[in-house]
Amino acid sequence: MVGSNRLSNRLLFLYLPLALFTIFLLFPFYWMLIISLKPNSLLLNTKVNPLILTHFTLEHYRYLFTNTDFPRWAWNTAVVTFGATFVSLTSSILMGYALGRFRFRGGNLAGTAIFLAYLIPPTLLFIPLSQVVARFGLYNTYWALILTYPTFLIPFASWLLMGYFRTIPRELEECAMIDGASRFQAMWRIILPLALPGVLSAGIFSFTLSWNEFLYALVFMGSGEMKTIPVGTVSDLIRADVFQWGPLMAAAMLGSVPVAVAYMFFVDQYVSGLTAGAVKG
Amino acid sequence: MTTAPAGAVARTVSLTWRERVRHWLDSEPVLAYLFMSPGWIILLLFMSYPFFLGIWISLTDRMVGLPGGEFVGLRNYRELLHDSVFRLTVVNTFIYGFVTVPFKLLLGLLLALLLNQVFPLRNVLRAALLLPWIVPTALSSLAWLMLYDAVLSPFSWLLKDWGLIESNIAFLGSRTNAIISLCVANIWRGTPFFAVAILAGLQAVPQELHEAAAIEGANSVQRFFAVTLPVIKGIIVITTLFSIIWTFADFQLVYVLTKGGPANSTHIFGTFAWQEGIGGAGKLGMGAAVSLYMFPVLAVLSAILLRYVRSQEA
Repeated sequence: MVGSNRLSNRLLFLYLPLALFTIFLLFPFYWMLIISLKPNSLLLNTKVNPLILTHFTLEHYRYLFTNTDFPRWAWNTAVVTFGATFVSLTSSILMGYALGRFRFRGGNLAGTAIFLAYLIPPTLLFIPLSQVVARFGLYNTYWALILTYPTFLIPFASWLLMGYFRTIPRELEECAMIDGASRFQAMWRIILPLALPGVLSAGIFSFTLSWNEFLYALVFMGSGEMKTIPVGTVSDLIRADVFQWGPLMAAAMLGSVPVAVAYMFFVDQYVSGLTAGAVKG
Repeated sequence: MTTAPAGAVARTVSLTWRERVRHWLDSEPVLAYLFMSPGWIILLLFMSYPFFLGIWISLTDRMVGLPGGEFVGLRNYRELLHDSVFRLTVVNTFIYGFVTVPFKLLLGLLLALLLNQVFPLRNVLRAALLLPWIVPTALSSLAWLMLYDAVLSPFSWLLKDWGLIESNIAFLGSRTNAIISLCVANIWRGTPFFAVAILAGLQAVPQELHEAAAIEGANSVQRFFAVTLPVIKGIIVITTLFSIIWTFADFQLVYVLTKGGPANSTHIFGTFAWQEGIGGAGKLGMGAAVSLYMFPVLAVLSAILLRYVRSQEA
């Protein structure tokens, strides 16, 4: 009898709540998926059960690629994401290395300033920043986002990498330098490879945050063909009160896939990076 | 390690330019500032400069597309205090930023404790349940927009099917409904973040302590408070503060779901600043002032967070 008691306990206190969480957290994705595949005739029919998919069609996806600028938005998003990730990662590796491994006056202050920069939200800055972007002639160019996204990527990535660089013993590069390596060789060949998990976390983090960003993309690169996927989907596929739900959900699916995939492959790095940043500060 | 002893310099009669640079680069402080410069240049140009420019703009009546603008002192700030929409915005932001957090924390904690158990497909579930936090919020908010649709909402359909309601619920139709709907979507988005942070913290809970407490006869609730909670307390505090800051300064979820409506009753600072400064009237000065009203709250929260992180490190 003890065994069945244990089983009912597990059902009640583990599987049931897990099932409820799964439904709550994944239902919107299920909905996104079935709407993106549902023919319009069924989609707008309020008599039939909307939660099941009886027929499916790819017409919404086809519409997205032939009747909207979606392919262009995807290209824009990719350019901006890779550009901003590259800029952020390069600056953050150098910054993290300096903060984590060099002893110098103002080091602690710089670390604190970086931490505080991480807490400044885009909603505080976007209006004056739009003026700065315009003054530098960057408005509606890729550079508008490639140079502004690093403001929220560098603080986190530097903080994360600083932690990684700190855990690597100083003797390692000192030995290499005694053996005749220059400081840069020691950094490039010895320290950076050891910090690779951190670099990877920072990279995935920058990638997802750039891909997902909305406010700066809306304000600095939101007109004509220069929209990103989130901005284009939200502003071009919703026209007045006519909601093209099928294409909207198809775009939401496609726009979510790259980050979901990137994250599925690197979930452990992502989680460890996330908590190193969020938890250690 | 500095490897530029004075002797080396003295030995060489005339240093070439290359050598001189190399010696200079061997000094740690010089190298440190050199390494930090790309990052700091970006942060100074696109973060510090706009911050101070924002303070200046908020003191002017500058408009989108027009140069300059007149200095008007604190007029924008004063006008906002008397603006009923702005007052509502303040209330909404506090509800949205603070009321959602206990839900996210409790649900996240519960989910973390569940995911910390051993069961089949645990890794798959752990990865899948983090999705709400990973995917672009603007896009997942579109799914919520349809889930809340006045005509097509599946929630309304189900409740009608079960005979619980007569007609569709207007999820976004009134201020109260819309704010609750916004909060639910925000809780959906934020819970996985808490779960994953707390789950990572749970790995640090010493298993022997749990077993010892169990032998002493402590039940699982007692063990949670005596053994688990003290270990994850730091993570909980820090995660909570981060979440408040982010939610307080949110934009996309509200922008997509209600755009501040109906009748400007569900704005938060971010969306109202956008509407004043960029979207509607194009009053940059006013928009900048709305944003800057967030600053005192953010500063206090950041100070608490910084102090707490420092105390944890020490």
